[in-house]
Amino acid sequence: MSAPLAKTTPTFVGMPKFPAMAKDALANTQQRRNLLHATHTIRAKRASVVEEVPQWEALRLNGADVKDEVLANLDSYLLQFEEKLTERGATVHWARDAEEANRIVLDLVRAEGVDEVVKVKSMATQEIELNEALEAAGIHAWETDLAELIIQLGHDRPSHILVPAIHRGRAEIRQIFRQEMGKVGRPAPEDMTDAPRELAEAARLHLREKFLRAKVAISGANFAIADTGTLVVLESEGNGRMCLTLPETLISVVGIEKVLPTWEDLGTFMQLLPRSSTGERMNPYTTMWTGPAEGDGPQNVHVVLIDNGRTRVLADEVGRQTLRCIRCSACLNVCPVYERVGGHAYGSVYPGPIGAVLTPQLRGTSSAIDQSLPYASSLCGACFEVCPVRIDIPRLLVKLRTQVVDEHRGHNSVESRTMQAAAWMFADSRRLAKAQKASTLGGKLLGRRTALGALPWPASSWSSARDVPVPPKETFRQWWDRTGGGQA
Amino acid sequence: MSSAREEILGRIRSTQTGSAATVSVAPAPVTEPMETEAMLDLFVENMRDYRAIVREVSVDDIAAAVDAVLAEHGCHTVVVPPDLPPEVAPTSIETTVDDDLSATALDDIAAVVTTSSVGIAVTGTIVLDHCAGQARRALSLVPDVHICVVHADQVVTSVPEAITRLRASVEAGRPLTWISGPSATSDIELNRVEGVHGPRNLEVILVR
Repeated sequence: MSAPLAKTTPTFVGMPKFPAMAKDALANTQQRRNLLHATHTIRAKRASVVEEVPQWEALRLNGADVKDEVLANLDSYLLQFEEKLTERGATVHWARDAEEANRIVLDLVRAEGVDEVVKVKSMATQEIELNEALEAAGIHAWETDLAELIIQLGHDRPSHILVPAIHRGRAEIRQIFRQEMGKVGRPAPEDMTDAPRELAEAARLHLREKFLRAKVAISGANFAIADTGTLVVLESEGNGRMCLTLPETLISVVGIEKVLPTWEDLGTFMQLLPRSSTGERMNPYTTMWTGPAEGDGPQNVHVVLIDNGRTRVLADEVGRQTLRCIRCSACLNVCPVYERVGGHAYGSVYPGPIGAVLTPQLRGTSSAIDQSLPYASSLCGACFEVCPVRIDIPRLLVKLRTQVVDEHRGHNSVESRTMQAAAWMFADSRRLAKAQKASTLGGKLLGRRTALGALPWPASSWSSARDVPVPPKETFRQWWDRTGGGQA
Repeated sequence: MSSAREEILGRIRSTQTGSAATVSVAPAPVTEPMETEAMLDLFVENMRDYRAIVREVSVDDIAAAVDAVLAEHGCHTVVVPPDLPPEVAPTSIETTVDDDLSATALDDIAAVVTTSSVGIAVTGTIVLDHCAGQARRALSLVPDVHICVVHADQVVTSVPEAITRLRASVEAGRPLTWISGPSATSDIELNRVEGVHGPRNLEVILVR
C-alpha cells in the first residue's frame, strides 16, 4: 500500500520555481534588511542560551532517538494516545489529507452553531489551509498571534515559522492596522503611532473582544504525549492561553508525527524547543491539557490527527528523519540562503532549509517549485549543526536532488546535452586546450569586466540564477608556457 | 472503503520493518540538583531576567507583601480562588471570591492572587496545576496583575525534575500552565514588548 502525497494547496499551485521567486525577493530591500537583523539576532540569542546547557549534545541525541523510536512504532503510540484521550473525555478524529481534516473541523464548528472561531498559531492548520476552508463556508477564523494577525489583516503570507511577519516594518504594520482592523472588529486607536508598544496594545484591544465572546477555538500542538493523552502548546503572548482556556469548544489539529512516548520525554523537549526557537531558556507561556478539565476551560475537546503526506515520508527510511522536526526554525536563522531571500520564495508554509526538504517530501517533486527546492541551498551544513533533533538536512537535500535528476533521466535536456559535450571535450587534452584557448579570446574582448549578465538561450537557463565569471585572458597552461612556470 | 483511522494505521504498518522497530534510545542527560540557597538565588535571578517582579519574604509576611503589590499597582479590585490559603489572602482591599465568574466579569478585575505548584530554577519558570489555591486557568489569565506565591520547597533545579513532580497532576487530568515572566511579543521588528494578552505584570512572592 503506497501512501498518497499531500496535495499542493490552492495558494501555492502554479508557483514559479525557487530561483525566479528568489530574484524578486532579493530586490525587496526592506525585507532583506529585516531578515538580516532578525536572523542574526535570534541566532545570537540561541547560541548564548544553548551555551548555558553543558549537556546540550546529549539532549539532542536523546531528542533525535526518542523521535526515531516514535516513528518506528508510530501505530502503537497513536493508538495509546487515542485511548488515553478518549478515557479523559476527548474525541479523536483521523484525517487522511487536508480536505478530510478541513471537513472534520468544519463539521465540528458548524455543530456549535457559530460563525467565528479564534485560532492559536499553528503550522498544521496553515499546511491544510484551514482558514481558507472555513472562510469559504462563511466562518471567520481570527488569527490571534500578533504576527499572524498582521499577516491576516495584510492579506499576506507568512515568511518565517516563528516570526511570520518579520518581512514587515513597523510603518507597514501601522498602516495595515489603521486600514484593516476596523473592517473586522474594533478599529485601531486614532492616535496610534508605529511604536511597537502601541501596535501591540492595539492588537490587545482588538482581539480581547474576540477572546471574550469566542465559543470555539482551534489550535495545533507542539507535542502529544502517548502515555498520558496530554497536548502541549508553547507560546509567548497569552493569545494561546486565551484560546485554550476561555471558549467552550477546543479543536486541535495535530500531525501524526507529534507524538512523544512518555510524559518524562517532555523533559528533553521542553529544554530543546524554547532554546532553539526563540532563544529563551523558556518561552513565557506553555499550556498542557489532558482532555477536558472539570470546571476549568473548554468542556468539549476534540483532536484531529492528520496524515497529509506524512506516511509517505515515513516510508522512506532515510528521509523519515524529517518527521523528527519540532518546527523550532533554528535552521532558518542560520541559513545563508534564507537570510537573503526570506520565506515567500519557498512556495510553501514551510520555508528555509527544513522547508526545502519537507515540502518536496510531502508534495512530491512534480511541480516546478518542488523540483527546485532541493537546490535552494549551498549545502554549508549550518542547519544540521543547530537542529535540536539532528535532522541531516544537507544529506536529505542531496538525496532529493538525486530524485529530481532520476525523474528526468532520459529526457534530452539542454543540461544533459551540455554535459555530453563537456564530457567529449574533457576526454582529450588537445580538445580541452583548444576550447580553453577559444575562451580566453572572450576574456580579452571583455576587458576589465569580472562578471557577465544574462547569457542568451540555452545558457540563460543556467545564468538566470548565477553570476557568470568572465573567462580568463590566459589559461594556466598558456601562463606556464609563457613564463616557464613563473621562472621567467 | 476503510476508515481514515484504519487506512493511516495500515500505511504506517506497511513502513515498518523488523530492524526499525528496535531503536536504541540514548538516555536523557541528568542535571545535578543544586544546593538549595544557590538554586533559589538562580530561580530569582532568572525570573527577574524575564521581567517578573520578585519579592522574597518570610512566611509571616506574605499577606503584607500581597497588599504592597496591590497598592503599588493601584489595584482596587482583586479576585481570589475560593480555596486560597488565608495567610496568602489580601487584607487591604475587598476581595472577590471566584464563583465561576464570566470572562467579561474577570476582565473588569485588576488583579488576581494564586499559589503555585512547582518552580524551575534554571529557566525561571513557575508551574500552576490549578488545584488548591491556584484557581482555574481563566483567573490567572484575564486580570492584568498576577500575584503568584511560591514556596521555597516547591522549587527544583531543572526541567526534568519539574516534569517528574508534575506527573501526578497530569494523571489526575489537571491542566498545567507554565509561566516564565509576563506575556511578551517580539513580532514587530523583533522588539520585545511586555504584555500582549496575558497579565502584563507578573509579581512573584517567594517564601523562603
